[in-house]
Amino acid sequence: MKEKEAVPAQPEWICSRCGIALEVGKVDVGYLGSVFPVDLYRCAKCGQVFVPEELAEGKMAEVEKLLEDK
Amino acid sequence: MDQEELSKLEARCIQEQPAACVAACPVHVDARAMAAAIAKGDFASAAKIFKKSVPFPGIVSRICDHPCQAVCKRDEAGEAVSVRALEKSCLDWAAKTSDSFFLPPAKATRIAIAGGGLSGLTAAFDLAKKGYTVEVFEKESRLGGSLFHLSREQLPEEVIAADLQALEKVGVTIRTNVGVGQDISLEKLCRDFDAVYLASGEQPEGGLSLGVDGAGQWIIDPLTLATTNPKVFAGGSLRRLPQNRSPIESIADGRRGAVSIDRFLQKVSLSASRTGEGSQKTRLFTSLEGIEPLPVVAMSSGATGYSKEEAILEAKRCIQCQCLECVKVCEYLNSFKSYPKKYVRRIYNNLSIVMGHRHANKLINSCSLCGLCKEVCPEDLNMAMVCHAAREIMVDSGRMPPSVHEFPIRDMLFSNSEKFALTRPQPGSSASTHLFFPGCQLSASSPDHVRKTYDFLCENLDGGVALMLRCCGAPAQWSGRAELFSDSFKNIVSQWEQMDRPRIILACSTCYEVFKTHLPQASIVSLWEVFDRSALPRVARDSSAPVRRLAIHDACSTRHEKNIHDSVRNILQKLGLEIEELALSGEKTECCGYGGLMFFANPELARSVITRRIGQSECDYLAYCAMCRDYLASAGKRTWHLLDFLFGPPPDDFARRKGPGYSVRRENRARLKNALLEELWGDTPVGKEKYGMIRLKISEELRETLERRQILDSDIRQVIDFAESSGTRLFNSRTSHYLAHWKPAALTYWVEYAPSEGEFTVFNAYCHRMELTEGVRS
Repeated sequence: MKEKEAVPAQPEWICSRCGIALEVGKVDVGYLGSVFPVDLYRCAKCGQVFVPEELAEGKMAEVEKLLEDK
Repeated sequence: MDQEELSKLEARCIQEQPAACVAACPVHVDARAMAAAIAKGDFASAAKIFKKSVPFPGIVSRICDHPCQAVCKRDEAGEAVSVRALEKSCLDWAAKTSDSFFLPPAKATRIAIAGGGLSGLTAAFDLAKKGYTVEVFEKESRLGGSLFHLSREQLPEEVIAADLQALEKVGVTIRTNVGVGQDISLEKLCRDFDAVYLASGEQPEGGLSLGVDGAGQWIIDPLTLATTNPKVFAGGSLRRLPQNRSPIESIADGRRGAVSIDRFLQKVSLSASRTGEGSQKTRLFTSLEGIEPLPVVAMSSGATGYSKEEAILEAKRCIQCQCLECVKVCEYLNSFKSYPKKYVRRIYNNLSIVMGHRHANKLINSCSLCGLCKEVCPEDLNMAMVCHAAREIMVDSGRMPPSVHEFPIRDMLFSNSEKFALTRPQPGSSASTHLFFPGCQLSASSPDHVRKTYDFLCENLDGGVALMLRCCGAPAQWSGRAELFSDSFKNIVSQWEQMDRPRIILACSTCYEVFKTHLPQASIVSLWEVFDRSALPRVARDSSAPVRRLAIHDACSTRHEKNIHDSVRNILQKLGLEIEELALSGEKTECCGYGGLMFFANPELARSVITRRIGQSECDYLAYCAMCRDYLASAGKRTWHLLDFLFGPPPDDFARRKGPGYSVRRENRARLKNALLEELWGDTPVGKEKYGMIRLKISEELRETLERRQILDSDIRQVIDFAESSGTRLFNSRTSHYLAHWKPAALTYWVEYAPSEGEFTVFNAYCHRMELTEGVRS
C-alpha cells in the first residue's frame, strides 16, 4: 500500500468519545508480516482510526489478496 | 508432488497427443492443422504446414499412399477425409511462392547417397540443408527412380522436375549414370566419404560386403537404419518386400537415415530419444457424439483435384480431433481456459515457487473436488485428487491464503461448539442400535425436517435411535486442513464407540462420503435407504397431491453410491412422482457449486456452475442434499428437497424458496438444538452470549451485502456491544449515525448504526483483514 493513498476530504465523522474532528495521521496497517504506514483519518487524542468502506472494500481487499498470493 | 509424479499425471492427460492422422503419417504431416487452415480458406498457411513436413510436396500430394486416411476418425461418421486431395488443393490454390532455404555455413564433411529415388533424395535434401556436402549417385540417366513407373497423368514430369529443383537450391551434387556396386564400389565410397546412405530401391547383386541375415538380406537396424558397417546406413524400398513398398515410408526412411548420419558424424547416440519417428498409434480419444455423418466431397473436375470451394467443404469435414472430455462437462476446467495437462503443470509450479506471485492459488481452490473429470477421462486423470493434494501442501507449508476458507471453517467450528453439538440416546432409552446424523447443513436449511425425521426414525426403528448434531468435518477436509479434520472427526468416533458402535444413518451425501472414507469399520446407511425400506410417513401418502415430473440432481458425493441413487428413485416412484434423468446424473452427476468449498474460493464460478446445471431441464429439480437444493434454488430454479415430499405434500411455491442466509443458518442450528433439548430430553437450553440479546434491524438490501461480505449478525452484535460499552465509536452529527469497529479474531468489522427504541438499526457493515495499529484504546 502506498503511504499516500489519495486521502479523501475531511469526513463527517468525529470521535464520539473525545468530541473532536479527525485528522490525517500515519497509521501502520499490516497483513501477513508486511506493514505499511498509511495516511488515515484518526482521532489525534485517543488514536481511534477511521477506515472508510471504499478503502476496506477497495485497496485493502486488493492488497490482502496480493499478499495472500505472494 | 515431485517431478516424477508430475510427469506421470501430465502423461495421463491426452489432449496434446497427436491426431490419429498426424501420428500415422510416417513424416507426421499435420493434416489436422492443414485442414483447419483450408477450412478458413487460408490455402497459403495450409501449404506452409504441409511443406514443413515433406521435402517434395508436389510429388507427395499426388502419389502418397496416405496411411493417415486409414485411421481418420471421420471414417466412423461418414468417410475418411481426403487428406491427399487437400494437400494437392493447398498447392493448387495457394499463391505460388518460390521456396528459399536458409542454409548454415557449408561443412567439409562429405556424404554419399546411393540411389536417386524418393528415399535417397530426401536424405540428400535433409543433410544438405544441414550444411553437409552431399553427392547423389544414380545409376540411371535421371533422378526419380520408381517415380517414372507411375502414369504421367498421376504424376506429370514437370511436377517431378519442379520439386527436384529444391535439391539444386540446397547445393546437392548429382552424379547420374553411376551405379554403386557396378560403376563405383562401396569400399571406394567409404574411403572418399564420411558416411554413406544406400537407397537404391533394390539390394544390388553381390551384397557390397555388408553383413546379411539368413535370407541374404542386409542386416539393417529398423530404428537407426544402421548396417554392419558403422559408416553405412540403408533404407527405402530396398528393405521392404515389393508389396510393402510405400512412397511416404521411403521418404520417412530418407529422413530417418539423415538423422542417423548427422548423429553419427556428430558422434552422439544413434538411438537415444527416437521413439517419435515414423508411423505411430495415438492415445488421443475423440468423441463422435453429436458429429453428423458426412460423405466425402466429390470432385466436379474429375481426378484433377478440388476446386477452392470443394476443398474448403472437404476440409470442414475434418473433426479437428481432440479429447477435452473433462473440459466439456466441467465448468471449472472450462473456466480456466486450458486442460488438465497444463493445469497440473501450473499447480506444480505454484507449489514449487519460493519467491513471487502464486498465480494458481485460485485454480487449486476453485475445484469442487467432485471427481466428474475422472469419470469421463479415458485415462482416469482425477483433478480433484491433484487439487486436494495441493491444498494440503499449501496448508502444511502455511501458504494457503487465509481468506479463502476461513468463513466455512468458522461455520464448522460453530457447529461443533456447544451452540449446536449434541449427542444423546433416544429419550427414554439408554441403548442405541442406530445413530441419526442429520448433518449441519440440513439442520441449517430445514431444522423442521430434522425434527420430523428423527421422530419418524424413533417410531420406526427398534433398539433406540441416538442423535448426533454436529458437522462431519467436510469443510476442513475440503480445504486441505487435514489436522483440523482429523481432530474434529476423532470426537465423532469416540462418541460413536461409547454408544457401542450403533449403525449410522446419514441424511447428507457429503457426511455419507466422509463417514464411508474415514470410518470404514462403521455400518452406515443413507437416510434414503432407510425410507426406501420402510413404510413411507403417513403424510407422504396423500392421494390428492399433484403428480409432478422432477429432474433428479444427484449429489456429487454420492457419485459411486448406486444404492442411494436407486433408493431415491424408488421413493419418488412410491410417492407417485415422475422422474426425468438429466444427461449428467448418477455416476456422472455434476456438483451444485458447494462441493470443495468452490463457492467460497470462486463465487463467480460457482454461480456459472449453478446456471449451467439448472439449464439442463425445464422440469422442477429434485435434490436430496440440503446444500444442492439451496444452491440450485439460489439462481431461481424451482428445486425440491426429497424430504419436502416425505413430510408433504408441500405447497407449490415451496420449490421456489431461497435457502436461509448465513446468520439464519446458524440460528436455525442453535434453535434446533435448544428445542430438542427442551422438548425431547427436558433439559436446559444453552444460553446466548450477552451480545446475543442485542436486537438488530437490517434492511433486505443490506442483507444481500452482508451475505456477500460474509458478515454475520453475531459479528455486528459484537461490534455494537463493544462500541456501546466502551464508548469507542465515531459520530456523524448530520445523520446521527455511529460508526464502530471491533476485531474479534482475524477480521476487523465496521458497523454503521443508530440506536432506536431498544434496537439498533444497521445502515452498513464491512470488514477487512489488514490490521490497524491504533493509539491507546481504553
